[in-house]
Amino acid sequence: MEIYELTVHELIEKLDKKEITKEEVLISYQNRIDEKEKDVQAFVTITQQEAKDQLQKIQKEENKSKLAGIPIGIKDNICTKGIKTTCASKMLEDFVSPYDATVIKRINQEGMVCLGKLNMDEFAMGGSTEHSYFKKTKNPWNLNKVPGGSSGGSAAAVAAGMTPWALGSDTGGSIRQPAAFCGIVGLKPTYGLVSRFGLVAFASSLDQIGTLTKDVRDSALLLNVIAGHDKKDSTSVQKEKEDYVATLKNDVKGLKIGVPKEYFGEGINEEVKQSILKVIEVYKELGAVVEECSLDVAEYALATYYIIACAEASSNLGRFDGIRYGYRTKQYENLKDIYRNSRSEGFGPEVKRRIILGTYVLSSGYYDAYYKKAQQVRTLVKNEFAKNFEKYDIILTPTASNVAFDIGSKINNPLEMYLADLCTVPVNIAGLPGISVPCGLNKEGMPIGFQLIGKPFAEGTILNAAYSYEQNTNFKNNKPTFKN
Amino acid sequence: MSREDYEVIIGLEVHAELSTKTKIFCSCPTEFGGEPNTHCCPICMAMPGTLPVLNEKVVEYAVRAGLATNCEIEQRSKNDRKNYFYPDLPKSYQISQFDKPLCKKGGIEIDDEKGEKKTIRITRIHIEEDAGKLNHDEFGGGSLVDLNRAGVPLIEIVSEPDLRSSLEVDHYLKKLKSILEYIEVSDCKMQEGSFRADVNVSVRKKGETKLGTRTEMKNMNSFRSIIRGIEYEIDRQIDIIDQGGSIEQETLRWDDVSGRTFSMRDKEDAQDYRYFPDPDLVAIYLSDEYIENIRKTLPELPESRKERYRKEYALSQRDANLLTASKYLSNLFEDTTAICANAKATCNWILSDISRILNEKELEPSQIPFSSEQLAKLISLIEKGIISSAIAKKVIEELFEHPNDPEKIIKEKGWIQISDEGAIKEVVLQILEANPQSVADYKAGKEKALGFLVGQAMKQTKGKANPQMLNKMFIEEINK
Repeated sequence: MEIYELTVHELIEKLDKKEITKEEVLISYQNRIDEKEKDVQAFVTITQQEAKDQLQKIQKEENKSKLAGIPIGIKDNICTKGIKTTCASKMLEDFVSPYDATVIKRINQEGMVCLGKLNMDEFAMGGSTEHSYFKKTKNPWNLNKVPGGSSGGSAAAVAAGMTPWALGSDTGGSIRQPAAFCGIVGLKPTYGLVSRFGLVAFASSLDQIGTLTKDVRDSALLLNVIAGHDKKDSTSVQKEKEDYVATLKNDVKGLKIGVPKEYFGEGINEEVKQSILKVIEVYKELGAVVEECSLDVAEYALATYYIIACAEASSNLGRFDGIRYGYRTKQYENLKDIYRNSRSEGFGPEVKRRIILGTYVLSSGYYDAYYKKAQQVRTLVKNEFAKNFEKYDIILTPTASNVAFDIGSKINNPLEMYLADLCTVPVNIAGLPGISVPCGLNKEGMPIGFQLIGKPFAEGTILNAAYSYEQNTNFKNNKPTFKN
Repeated sequence: MSREDYEVIIGLEVHAELSTKTKIFCSCPTEFGGEPNTHCCPICMAMPGTLPVLNEKVVEYAVRAGLATNCEIEQRSKNDRKNYFYPDLPKSYQISQFDKPLCKKGGIEIDDEKGEKKTIRITRIHIEEDAGKLNHDEFGGGSLVDLNRAGVPLIEIVSEPDLRSSLEVDHYLKKLKSILEYIEVSDCKMQEGSFRADVNVSVRKKGETKLGTRTEMKNMNSFRSIIRGIEYEIDRQIDIIDQGGSIEQETLRWDDVSGRTFSMRDKEDAQDYRYFPDPDLVAIYLSDEYIENIRKTLPELPESRKERYRKEYALSQRDANLLTASKYLSNLFEDTTAICANAKATCNWILSDISRILNEKELEPSQIPFSSEQLAKLISLIEKGIISSAIAKKVIEELFEHPNDPEKIIKEKGWIQISDEGAIKEVVLQILEANPQSVADYKAGKEKALGFLVGQAMKQTKGKANPQMLNKMFIEEINK
């Protein structure tokens, strides 16, 4: 087995036993990037030399963390001091942040080594990573397919073995959906568990940084590093730190799982459906109590999501005005020209679409009908989840109603693209934790994922359930084929 | 029709910078001035990914202001985003408060045109952040952005349209300013822009109940221009109506040089601020206990201090009013009186010469450079007859220029009063000899002539002669 095929906990074990060295780990991943990046196109920036320097520094400082020297890839909307943070936008093509995001500070403290910044849909708006200004990332299982999005670069890089794990961000499914499309584990923590300071904001009330990993144990391991209160983020929650690895156990006996029937109606792909039904059988065999339940407000979650997310985005992206940093048009004679032309030329079509939509729903005369109404529906969605959680420990759904689609097949149909978020969006609307776990391949060899949703801050519960499934099945034996 | 046929309606939005040490959403200093862009950080410069964290002191100061102006304090309030594009606004939105301000339904008492008490209602007080500053053509052309002021905390105090004249506006602003100074939430330095007002003016024919269309003058930052602007605007609006025209609702800029208002924005720019709750901040919740604790620590306010001055020092209503209008003047009065035990004299010096010099030099009372000890010393020098009032006036001037011990000043300047009988007599005899007509006049019963003679003697001694002695000796000599 090659080093780049190992999970992080396996790397740690081998480093502990001195079977491998930190230098060998880095070289293995960098070689793998050299080999596969031309096919997969997952990176916006590869920090080859910086990573080597960083490792040397870590060695010199004798960082005692067991994660010291472990490589990681970072989605390109998380600010890294001294390394470009582009959000895959022409607007920030050459932008270098003057500070590190809180999560970056935390991984640096552990002595992790940044391999590079990963591709995404521009400003995290999209579900296929086709909306990147720079490149289209390919799905390692089939290079003609999208990796999902918006954290498509992160998911593809992990699946392709170009990084052992990665950080992503999830506003409406941007970690879980690409994880499902690429056959890896993607965790979106509860809103407020991980600091958003340094995450370039898309929709502030929905954004959350999370993990993309090869298996569930690695998710718990990385969550241990990034979770925790940050006084720089008012929405980050003050609570006692948990050890998600220490509490991992292969036991779901008596666990109550609700399966909302609404997720299996029209629009779900038959192979995906069959695959999820098999997951249910596995849980039953392991001793969990699985019942059908209902989440009927969920059907309004998608519309609610697009109103709230776009409204917040229209305000959040106002700062990209060509005045202080980022792209500035060359064509201007006055201030209005600078604004209009810089933003027209600097943003891609999907970002513009959402800014316009968001501006509209916040406009006077429309606010009550759209934004305010959406906030009310948001409360209903939260309540409906809460009601279900009185009865169930976990809610199980497909992560996406279909597998990864062909590159270019939905790019001209935004509405169809938005539907790819159908299963993941309600989780963000309600601020809950959700994890996507791979559960098989369809006939064409494309991965399928299922989603476990937990109560607020019940990351431990969903990680355990995901871990039990993973330990009792063998998706791991499947490897991406890079077929054309 | 004439101005008397119209009623003037004025409402104010006052912005006061809070004197917290750090900005409202980051830990940069709020200090005025500094090299451009040296009091800022990634947060107040709105670098991508940064988040605001509300400075608790800002909430406390605003609650203090609310309590001091008799407002109800909202236990639950929130921050909203006000979205618009301008280069001095780095986030492209200002974090403010829209529908749930911290304080509402207050009011303060002022004296109206007739000197009678009148309450001006305060609609609301909310917290928000200041914007940066644009420098035009200062550094070799173009416009440059200075973000030192971006994120400095402000309170906006919105009044009901209860004001009926520029005089009432003047009284209201002075009262508000003195309250904010007393409770130490703002230094209210108008020349630094830390106390400024948007003025809404409309007129209507007397007897009319519907409000007229109003215009708004933005960011007025001196009492003088506010008064002038209002007067100009009243005349302009009445002129238009008298000529059969109608007032357009618009934002105006007052130009101090030409003494006119100008329209600031065309209609195309009608702003839609798209207010919505800031998702980066959590709701503000204030407990009863928190509010009560702030109420308990409020200092004595001008109104009660005024009453105390009348009782304790037997000052007139007018003097007590003037003294307590400024916390600094009032403190100077109390501290000086505590040392020299002469309230009347202290009050007179502060309200006459010191206030006059402040006006001439366009200084705020807080900028008085000398101490209460020095003023007290000056007053006791007069009491002891070491200097005359005329000399004392010169010492006050000197204290503003080079604050020092008044005793040292008069020694250095040679301003010690002449109280030597021989020397005074010499002068008196000279003046009597030179002015026989005045002597005759006095003898004929014209008391005024004595004043003239004393004045001449003072002139000759450059004000150093002891006036009481002069008086006495002139009378003695004439009656000899």
